[in-house]
Amino acid sequence: MSDHDYQPSSKLGKWFNDRLPLLTLSNHLQEYPTPKNLNYWWTFGGILTFCLITQIITGIILGMHYIAHADLAFGSVEHIMRDVNYGWLIRYVHANGASMFFLAVYIHIFRSLYYGSYKAPREVIWIIGMIIYFLMMATAFMGYVLPWGQMSFWGATVITNLFSAIPFVGESITNWLWGGYSVDNPTLTRFFSLHYLLPFLILGLVILHIWALHVPGNNNPIGIDIKKPSNDTVPFHPYIVIKDLFALLLFLIVFAFFVFYSPNILGHADNYIEADPLVTPAHIVPEWYLLPFYAILRSVPDKLLGVIAMFASIFVLVVLPWLDTSKVRSAIFRPIYKQFYWFLVADVLILGYMGAMPAEGAYLIIARVATAYYFLHFLVILPVLGRKEKTLDIPLSITEPVLGGFPNQATTKNKQDNRENL
Amino acid sequence: MSDSDKKKPPRRDFILTATTAAGAVGVGAAVWPLIDQMNPDASVKALASTEVDISGVEPGQSITVLWRGKPVFIKRRTQEEIESARSVDLKDLKHPERDEDRAKNPEWLVMLGVCTHLGCVPLTDKGDYNAWFCPCHGSHYDTSGRIRKGPAPTNMEVPKYVFLNSKTIKIG
Repeated sequence: MSDHDYQPSSKLGKWFNDRLPLLTLSNHLQEYPTPKNLNYWWTFGGILTFCLITQIITGIILGMHYIAHADLAFGSVEHIMRDVNYGWLIRYVHANGASMFFLAVYIHIFRSLYYGSYKAPREVIWIIGMIIYFLMMATAFMGYVLPWGQMSFWGATVITNLFSAIPFVGESITNWLWGGYSVDNPTLTRFFSLHYLLPFLILGLVILHIWALHVPGNNNPIGIDIKKPSNDTVPFHPYIVIKDLFALLLFLIVFAFFVFYSPNILGHADNYIEADPLVTPAHIVPEWYLLPFYAILRSVPDKLLGVIAMFASIFVLVVLPWLDTSKVRSAIFRPIYKQFYWFLVADVLILGYMGAMPAEGAYLIIARVATAYYFLHFLVILPVLGRKEKTLDIPLSITEPVLGGFPNQATTKNKQDNRENL
Repeated sequence: MSDSDKKKPPRRDFILTATTAAGAVGVGAAVWPLIDQMNPDASVKALASTEVDISGVEPGQSITVLWRGKPVFIKRRTQEEIESARSVDLKDLKHPERDEDRAKNPEWLVMLGVCTHLGCVPLTDKGDYNAWFCPCHGSHYDTSGRIRKGPAPTNMEVPKYVFLNSKTIKIG
């Protein structure tokens, strides 16, 4: 990398940079060579950073007005909505911001699945990303408990009861999580504390995620290794910065639509009823972004096995770099994988829909088939496909298909050679 | 170094092992309070029992009281309900328990109103057995609070309770 030669132009800059090389870092971030063919699916990393910062800022503000106590929490949220200056705006941005955060993270993850960004040498980036995703779910779940409405209370009860499925120690663990014999004030106060903490852990992991990304550099739509810097790259600033900002602008239109025109559409009306430990709402549903996992949980008739299946559905993603045996990264050159990829997208959407429906009759049967297919995709189809699939010829550089026509057999070495290059 | 020296583990290894072990015990002792503080505290445990006046409950009626933050169902069962609970063959049950063991006084059924699946509160006089039905994930319980159909693994739990007199039950 060229960073090592970097010298600040001003004397003060040089003096400071010799003592703490922050300017070298910022220069690296500006000049960072980026594949020139990155499409708009690559802008979601920047959008996610924006989402995290927004959640942290609005969250810190809400924390100034919110009261973490079983008797006062519900009222303090209404106080934020009605009395605090712009409280309604800040709370709606925070609540819908969580949904926008998950929308962006799902696009980011599925982009990675399509273009094979999780494959060597980017496994560690992927695993850190999965840890971030898991912490996001924990943070969002605990945040949803804080308003202390009916859905907060019963969502917390159902999710914490998952741990009671653990043999022998399950009950002790749930009592430990609750700080009592049911979800109550001690549960609320600790959830508030952890909900405040976890985003900062996520921020730390995001820095590691980006650091790990900057070692091999970005993957790209055709998934080949490129020389950096070269004809195939552009500097991060201004090219990618401007593209990311434009994408962010479009994303903010969607964000603003939810905040200003339908701020409660992604929530549940039941959460505007204060928590009542004696009455369970007729239909408990988690937030939309957790529905596929909820469907997997409910599709297994045994309590313990259901919980195991749900956690396994996340863990299987962590080990994905070793389940997908294909050396070719991008789905563009994997005609069969491309089809299975869209089957998986459909499968996850179906699971999400089934998670929102009552677990009975045809819904339950479809959810079971979809759950089975989910695991089939990762545990059987991907390992086998990587060995059997006949992949298409891969260009040697990003510019080659443009300048030399595509696919150009004259400049494209045979597939075996390309695999060795990858 | 002679042969006998080689066989004996060096003294430094012993010191290293001993130091590491002592350090691990020390760290464990220091961390335990940080973990145990999350367990139910003294004020929560102090509310461990509650007395309930049942003089106003008619046959067939059920009341719900809060004990340790959880609902407790106290049902005064009708003769019919008692018979239907006691006539069940234990082989038909997912979690076999005799009704005689669950309700010492057959007229009064006292149990935690918490579905053993994921902790929702079942609805009274509903479901296939016209007793309790959990709306969350569809568990059906019979007139003894035993699981008959659905995902819940066990019968609804019977807490420790005593009849202090004919009008009062002490739960816990």
